[in-house]
Amino acid sequence: MRKYVIRRVLLLVPTVILLSFLVFGIIRLIPGDAVELMVSEGGFADDTKELREMLGLDQPIFVQYFKYMKGVFKGDLGISLWSGEPVLSEISRRLPISFELALMALIWTFLLGIPIGVISALKQDTGTDYALRSFAIAGLSIPGFWIATLILVFGAIWFKWVPPMDYIPFREDPIQNLSQLVVPSLVLSLALSAGIMRMTRTMMLEVMREDYIRTARAKGLTGWTVVIRHSLKNAMIPVVSIMGIQLAFLVGGTVIMESIFVLPGMGKYLLDAITWRDYPVIQGINLFICTLIITINLCVDLLYGFLDPRIRYR
Amino acid sequence: MNEAVKLNQSERLEFQLEQIEPPKRHHWILDLFIQLVKTKPLGAFGGLLVLCMVITAVLAPVIAPYGPDEIHGEKVVQPPSSTFVFGTDALARDVFSRIVYGARVSLMVGFGAVGLSILLSTIIGILSGYIGGFFDTVIQRCVDAIMSFPWLIIMLTVMAILGPGIRNVILALALAGFASGSRVVRGAVLTIKESEYVMAAKAIGCKQWMVIFRHILPNVAAPIIVLGTLGLGNAILAEAALSFLGFGVPPPAPSLGRMLSGDGLDYMLQAPGLAVFPGLAISITVFGFNMLGDALRDLLDPKLTGGLGGRN
Amino acid sequence: MNPVKENRTPILEVDGLSVRFFTRDGELNAVRDVSFNLYPGESLGVVGESGCGKSVTALSLMKLIPIPPGNLEARRLHFNGVNLLRASEKKMRDIRGNRISMVFQDPMTSLNPVLTVWKQMGEILELHMGLKGGELKDRCIELLGMVGISEPHMRLKSYPHQLSGGMRQRVMIAMALSCNPSILLADEPTTALDVTIQDQILRLIQSLAKDLEAATILITHNFGAVAGMTDRIMVMYAGKIVETAPTMELFHNPLHPYTRGLLQSIPRADRETQERLFSIEGMPPDLLRTRIQGCSFAPRCEFTTQDCTMHLPPLEKVVQDHHVSCWKAK
Repeated sequence: MRKYVIRRVLLLVPTVILLSFLVFGIIRLIPGDAVELMVSEGGFADDTKELREMLGLDQPIFVQYFKYMKGVFKGDLGISLWSGEPVLSEISRRLPISFELALMALIWTFLLGIPIGVISALKQDTGTDYALRSFAIAGLSIPGFWIATLILVFGAIWFKWVPPMDYIPFREDPIQNLSQLVVPSLVLSLALSAGIMRMTRTMMLEVMREDYIRTARAKGLTGWTVVIRHSLKNAMIPVVSIMGIQLAFLVGGTVIMESIFVLPGMGKYLLDAITWRDYPVIQGINLFICTLIITINLCVDLLYGFLDPRIRYR
Repeated sequence: MNEAVKLNQSERLEFQLEQIEPPKRHHWILDLFIQLVKTKPLGAFGGLLVLCMVITAVLAPVIAPYGPDEIHGEKVVQPPSSTFVFGTDALARDVFSRIVYGARVSLMVGFGAVGLSILLSTIIGILSGYIGGFFDTVIQRCVDAIMSFPWLIIMLTVMAILGPGIRNVILALALAGFASGSRVVRGAVLTIKESEYVMAAKAIGCKQWMVIFRHILPNVAAPIIVLGTLGLGNAILAEAALSFLGFGVPPPAPSLGRMLSGDGLDYMLQAPGLAVFPGLAISITVFGFNMLGDALRDLLDPKLTGGLGGRN
Repeated sequence: MNPVKENRTPILEVDGLSVRFFTRDGELNAVRDVSFNLYPGESLGVVGESGCGKSVTALSLMKLIPIPPGNLEARRLHFNGVNLLRASEKKMRDIRGNRISMVFQDPMTSLNPVLTVWKQMGEILELHMGLKGGELKDRCIELLGMVGISEPHMRLKSYPHQLSGGMRQRVMIAMALSCNPSILLADEPTTALDVTIQDQILRLIQSLAKDLEAATILITHNFGAVAGMTDRIMVMYAGKIVETAPTMELFHNPLHPYTRGLLQSIPRADRETQERLFSIEGMPPDLLRTRIQGCSFAPRCEFTTQDCTMHLPPLEKVVQDHHVSCWKAK
């Protein structure tokens, strides 16, 4: 297991370095006219020369990179052009909201996706299975923002329900806070649980064909014991491994949900930064989110190793 | 012992066993089509939906009763009627016509983005898988890094740098999608590379590029077709999301995503059709592509497990 | 070797067992009209090439054939007086692992990779014997010791991949015998193992079955494996029994051309090294793509006449306990 952990962590290093190149390179790609736009629209500086100096664009590229990375290691992601505040403190203020939204969506995803996937596999090729699978494809096909819009429109028309305009932090009023996030997280989880459901179904069907399931049945175990004890754990191992991929979609989803339900999270911040052309913020958020995702992916991989004794005891 | 005459091998076979003829082989695309209709009714239905949307997009000027930007005087935010089947929007434009033209834009962006993305993933996947070694390792690390970017973040960032425009949307979508595709192609190449016929081709001294074009490329066609079909659904969804957020296809081009954007919420409360119809058009199109793609994957490559991710 | 006594009551009666699978490509008759009796404590060998229906026969005795796509039919299928054809799923679960148990071919895939030996052994004892806690653990350790695993209390905590193939098969045997079954089905228990331990495993099965007075059905494609182990042998070909006789009788007086071919193809140390090993020409019929009218072995048989190709030979008694299905054998 220790070897496995070390190997996974070592594999992380080149990925993170590459990532920093990518994120750093992005801001260097801003064409000249964009800097002009930043001056004329954003009013961040008096002229392009001054702005270029502010962004450090006047220095040689490798100097810029080392300067930036040195800052990153000290916890300095630069200064927001718009607010003049450090990007990191702006991010840390908004992170808990996005995190809570994503976590709730993940919980819904597991609650919905896994049981439905198991049922669909057990009822393979029956009407139930076809219905559940069609729903899953629908879940992957219907845009979340459309469902959210329909909820807003018809909620207002039929139930006079309007989502609260002000975000209430968890510490102030946990119940208010949670009820505020129920709808966005549920909408967000629809597509995710459709994906998990399909994966669970496929994996369950695969596992149910294994020899050890036949052994379990030959022992005289009941159908449910075979499913829960002998199939589900085996099937869950690959399902956990795709959670890493799902995570990238989850982040995209939070951006959209935060924008629709006016939640002041990271996603909303990124959208605003793009509207205002606040490039240091865009760069900082990119680096932050990607590092976060890579770290979580690492945790998922380690969890994978923990779930699968064949890896754990290597 | 019986006195009857002994039979020889061929006679034995002839008398003994009624061989059941194996099914006739057609060209593989025709074969695929027949199989799709026969064994995958849901997939065929999806294909039908896709076909309808493509016809609508191509024949938009014939199907749409009005131009997408035609303003009908004072008839603002009208409910569906016989003149305006889906009603009118805040600028007194016919919603049905805008959806028909919007579908055209959606499909154009979708096909453009998927075409570009497939081109990129095929080239990268084939080179990475075929050359292997250190080159492969470097490329795969890069793909890892790109894949850890959330798709929406990549697209938003690319749009922020390039600025609005249909061409830039296509580019952003392709950049967000090619990495995972290249991995699928690479996987297929790796299995084909070790197969006997490629070994044989190399053994008789085929040139590298001949091996790639004659032997590798035709054999990664199946995963590419599946990838492309599922990718189209995802690209249309992503374009809609991007436009919904206001960073996609710029006005005045009609876009299904932008028609749903939050700015129009007040009008949607007056005429809910404004919220229903564009979303329905997106969903049906994507549903068609996903159904078709799923069925094709089952038929062509049961091991491929793409299209698992959910997109909002 | 004790000869089978006709007057004893059989523990298992099989009459006219047929198993069909309805696949996408057509109907597959995996087992066709198989009939035999198994007596308490008897050891029966089932020999045949892969795909001849011997494994399916074994699985259908426990009603473990997936239905659909499978379909199981028989005139009679009685175990210890219980009609298995009519038995409910609950009744079958009481029998499986408890009264009839099975050792499978590949111990690498037949044990659950994510559960410890302890979990997998414990659950069967808990289910059928109602053992719990310390008692359960003691019994597991006792069973592992019985199948010759050293340091059994340490091995309980192992996962299957930490054990060698032979050890895994010993665990499978311990599990199969844990509830003192009346019948032990062993489906090619040594095929996936190293040659050096195949004999050990077979002897272990034989001696433990004898101790527990369990009847065994040993399924194999290898005549050598059943030679010293079984009282009686059944030879199967293309889903049918072609010959059945007491082991010694069969070895000394094989009547069916297929049985003779199989016996001649056993490599023997006392033969001239230059001599080519005998092999039966051709392949067994693809049961999915062919309809068999007469004798299914006819295409590969050197004695085939027109009669063989048209009419199915019945399984007929030749001498005491020796039955054969061949027009030419008499």
